[in-house]
Amino acid sequence: MLTTIFYILSAITLATAFMTVLSRNPIHSAIYLVICFFSIAGHYAMFNAQFLAMVHLIVYSGAIMILMLFTIMMMNFNEQKIRKNNLIVVAAVIALCLVAYVLLATFLKAQPMIEQYVITGEDYQSIKVLGKVLLDDYLVPFEMAAVLLLTSMIGAVLLSKKDKKIKA
Amino acid sequence: MLQNILQEIGIENYIFLATALFCVGIFGVLYRRNAIVVFMSIEIMLNAVNLLLVAFSTYHQDAAGQVFVFFSMAVAAAEVAIGLAILVAIYRNLKSIDIDDLRNLKG
Repeated sequence: MLTTIFYILSAITLATAFMTVLSRNPIHSAIYLVICFFSIAGHYAMFNAQFLAMVHLIVYSGAIMILMLFTIMMMNFNEQKIRKNNLIVVAAVIALCLVAYVLLATFLKAQPMIEQYVITGEDYQSIKVLGKVLLDDYLVPFEMAAVLLLTSMIGAVLLSKKDKKIKA
Repeated sequence: MLQNILQEIGIENYIFLATALFCVGIFGVLYRRNAIVVFMSIEIMLNAVNLLLVAFSTYHQDAAGQVFVFFSMAVAAAEVAIGLAILVAIYRNLKSIDIDDLRNLKG
């Protein structure tokens, strides 16, 4: 049962990720990416990581995708120039194969380190426990994340503001 | 039912899934020339790593992995906001966000 759900979700994740990369229209890419993010949230829900599943839905499928779609709609790509260099495609495919090879080799080599998985039965990922961990052990990084978000907000506003005419 | 998810599916399947997703992201960064799609590919790579972090958090029954995913999501949100603002600024100047056109620094 769980295995079937896992395979279906993984198929959706990989297929939509590929379609994100391959589809010509950036808006289609964005919509495929939303589906991809939803399926990843499904993976999180399967791990019973409720907090992360919700945050993932809110942050990625909500905020980030809206931001991307707005940006795409602000720039109108009326003409899609197709002058793809064949060399780039070949190089990209070769790089993809090499990276996949290296990563798989690394992880397969690491396989013997993975022993049998044991369930201790203790609660470690409910929202209650996670909140305690976040605000006890990781309080300073948490506040730093707040400062980072504030800084990035100010930076985004400054960057996207129209340049004022410099008065002589 | 959800308690024994890793016993039923196995951590290696999640490793393979995350690897495949990461490679798709790398392929997108190298293959596409539209800067926004390159951005989306970077998001895919970030998500692959987040997925693996959550998998190993469950594997070790430790909440630290999930806290790290939370922070990486915060950083990703900041990164997207800044990156898209930069893209808008570039588009305003060049009327294009094709990364082949961004060669002003080439000299």
